Amino acid sequence: MPLPNDYLTYPHRRHGVDHDRFAWTPDTQRAPLELTGGKKAVAFIIVPLEFFPLDPPAEPFKHPGAMKTPYPDLRHYTTRDYGNRVGVFRLLKFLDAAGLKATFAVNAEVAERYPPLMAAIREAGHEVAAHGVSTAHIHHEGLSEAEETALIGRCRAVLPEATSWLSPARNESYRTPDLLAAAGYTTLLDWEADQRPLSFATENGPLTALPLMHELSDFKLMVDNRQQADVWADQIIEAARFHVVDHARAGAQCFGFTLTPYVAGQPFRAASVKRLLNTLSAMDGLEVCPAGEVAGLFAQAGPQAD
Amino acid sequence: MVSDPNLYDYWPYAGRPQIRWPGSKKLAFWIAPNIEYYEFAPPPNPKRQPWPRGNPDIQSYTQRLWGNTVGHWRLMELLDRHGMRGSISLSIGLIDHHPEIIEACAARDWEFFSHGIYNTRYSYGMDAAQERAVIEDSIRSVEAATGQRIRGYLAPALTHTEDTLDLIADMDFWYTCDLFQDDQPQQIKTKTGKLVSMPYSLEVNDVITYSVMGYDPFQYADILKRHFDQLLEEGEDSGTVMCIPLHAYLVSQPHRLRAFEDALKHVAAHSDDVWITTGREIAAHFRENYWETASADIAARGVVTGGTGFAPAE
Repeated sequence: MPLPNDYLTYPHRRHGVDHDRFAWTPDTQRAPLELTGGKKAVAFIIVPLEFFPLDPPAEPFKHPGAMKTPYPDLRHYTTRDYGNRVGVFRLLKFLDAAGLKATFAVNAEVAERYPPLMAAIREAGHEVAAHGVSTAHIHHEGLSEAEETALIGRCRAVLPEATSWLSPARNESYRTPDLLAAAGYTTLLDWEADQRPLSFATENGPLTALPLMHELSDFKLMVDNRQQADVWADQIIEAARFHVVDHARAGAQCFGFTLTPYVAGQPFRAASVKRLLNTLSAMDGLEVCPAGEVAGLFAQAGPQAD
Repeated sequence: MVSDPNLYDYWPYAGRPQIRWPGSKKLAFWIAPNIEYYEFAPPPNPKRQPWPRGNPDIQSYTQRLWGNTVGHWRLMELLDRHGMRGSISLSIGLIDHHPEIIEACAARDWEFFSHGIYNTRYSYGMDAAQERAVIEDSIRSVEAATGQRIRGYLAPALTHTEDTLDLIADMDFWYTCDLFQDDQPQQIKTKTGKLVSMPYSLEVNDVITYSVMGYDPFQYADILKRHFDQLLEEGEDSGTVMCIPLHAYLVSQPHRLRAFEDALKHVAAHSDDVWITTGREIAAHFRENYWETASADIAARGVVTGGTGFAPAE
């Protein structure tokens, strides 16, 4: 039996993107932007703080980094927990030494479990962003609106100050951005569709989407792709230099990358992390700031093309 | 099934009270050669097939056998050259198969701890009495062969049950290598006993670096040096622990052993600040000198949840 005939109908076939979240303009056909303060490019650092339970569901798929061997997989549970106990404090120290502020994207369950960690992050003046409930709570189409609203509500209650949002595993249902806007979030870190802050329409007002680059993910490069820490660090430095230089062509641009505590917080990667942060901090023309401040740097810089 | 094993309390790394190792050393360094026996015809386990290709797996079996015939002896002589003792993660059955290895290690005053009977017999599916029998066999067999009472445990092939740590604590083991949450020792919340979680390592374990990550020998040596340098630097504030877990069938390969020796030389060059020792001695020092200090600091600055492993507070 062949496919139904409507498989060959294309209701969203038109100019631009096949949804209504934002208008599409190619990079070379819009006005270049400038930054308040005169820098040429912006980098933002996301530190995900995740709780990996010993009995993870696979709904709708197993979260990257979740347990692998039969229960009780103490090996992976404790390897991930290392990040929240030890690795993150190394990253806090290196950020402080480089004079940089980052965005800590926190699972609600991490905030509930580890108040001393939250106190250390807040005391150091970093941005606290919401990162869902835990790695066992992926947002997806199989959830009802009430279920998803409850997940977001729990994050809102636990981290009342958060304005930026990163979904667990960066996974969403079709309605997630609408629910996030309703809950008062303004910056969305799941969509990396552009190299500048992207105004993102929802049923409950606009969000700003920022490009957190999956291709620079420390988990992807150093765990999945097994690259050495210096090579990983060099690629982020290259991305920053590229955007500083590319300012002459395309105006101000921004990009984000992750420092995952159980990956980048390992002792044998420390020298590379320190070098990376110190290099970014000293780079002419580069602004490094929390994700929640990125849009403001662009918004005050003159007319925004769309 | 539980979400949180509740085996230890949250203890933030920054701001801990100062640990000092004997001689005011800042880093306790130990080497854990895994001397394992993999069976030629292992029985099936419901949760894991010993040889992924099925029995017999000639390539994998003989590579490990090469480790015991050739690789181990090279590694032992290399450690001799640098005045370092090993803490052996031992497949207890190897005592019967290769007593020559046991004698050579015992003559060097190396430590033995249990890594199960064979690395092809898993803890999955055992009841507490069966797992206790494995541990009792371990104690009895090493004592008979060497007179040494074992004090450490690393579950065979890192396979656990909810009972594993309670059982070893109850049988007066001092430390477990099964957990990877820290670079310092910490007490485990067992029902009885006084059990320390000993920093072992997966990240700088040669199985991970060679067989999983596919690093080359020079990358591995570089990683070991960097790992050591960072933990030594942090040991200024409070003493850290670095372990290099090894498997002769990997590290003693002819194309790898000299690169590894470069890393050992780097460690040996810092012996003024580094306590080069065994797992048992690190555990004893922590139990005798820092158990109460750590408990008090966890209560003051950490998160105490009560209960014990796999038995949360009501």
